Amino acid sequence: MSDRTDLLLAVADDELILGWRNSEWTGIAPFLEEDVAFSSIAQNEIGHARALYELAATELDTTADALAFDRSPSEYRCAPLVQARLIHDWAGTIARHFLYETADAIRLDALKSSDDAELAGLAAKMDREEVYHRMHAEMWAERLRDEDRFRDALEAQWPSALGVLDGDLRPRLVERVRDLGFELNGADPIEREVSDEFEPLWEEMTSVRRSAPAGAQW
Amino acid sequence: MVYEVFRQERKGQPFQHAGSVTAPDEQFAEIYAREQYGRRQESVALWLVPREAVSEIDEFPDEFEMKYRRVDGYSIKARLHEARERAGTLDMAPGAADE
Repeated sequence: MSDRTDLLLAVADDELILGWRNSEWTGIAPFLEEDVAFSSIAQNEIGHARALYELAATELDTTADALAFDRSPSEYRCAPLVQARLIHDWAGTIARHFLYETADAIRLDALKSSDDAELAGLAAKMDREEVYHRMHAEMWAERLRDEDRFRDALEAQWPSALGVLDGDLRPRLVERVRDLGFELNGADPIEREVSDEFEPLWEEMTSVRRSAPAGAQW
Repeated sequence: MVYEVFRQERKGQPFQHAGSVTAPDEQFAEIYAREQYGRRQESVALWLVPREAVSEIDEFPDEFEMKYRRVDGYSIKARLHEARERAGTLDMAPGAADE
């Protein structure tokens, strides 16, 4: 696998799994308007994953669906930050949303200036939707700023938030969250690996596809 | 806080009431209105109005039935029906056979 597909799959897996985790709130978010908005954001993330998988699929001579659903759990490249099951923990969910969107903005910025025109173009396209995700995330972070549960969740997730980015981009995350008024630093980053919480998600996410007879068309 | 949302489907068209969103403040309301009334590209612009900014008028007394003020004027159909009734020619009216 080339560095390019490795990168594409890492970003795509992050977006798919975060979209999946966030969509677990559909129907049970704290209030109706938030339910609609958060579900819509989750769908956007899954849309981004699809576009990234399609780019990787051309190179690997496979399909986006096969990359999303036919790999074994150990082959996924998503960061532990997006793997955690946070259902019933809204403060934790918003902390992750805020940390992920902030990190993702830094990653997209780097991708937008890549020499790879296809990748740079897709990053720019994704970023036009991510602007609204960031607005949503920052608005919530501002609102929950003084809540202990939110601040504790930020602290707890910070090492895995750093793990979303490559080493050279991590100082920018420290800087960016500081600009947004949160002092978070001095942690050992949790690197990309499949966590215990991933396997049950994978079981559920791929169950319909695995139960279908071979050659089924969707 | 309830915000009434008006949406414009195409540039130049009038804004029409789309519905409302409940949100703690205007910033949240903007995000929610965008997701609820704009994510399918069904609007080119939205107006958000706090419900308390809306003045409602709901009483329109018309004690003397001054129908000449109305743009639709008199109802010819009802008057014709009454006249036919008086003349006993209801069954000769166009369409009477269908009734």
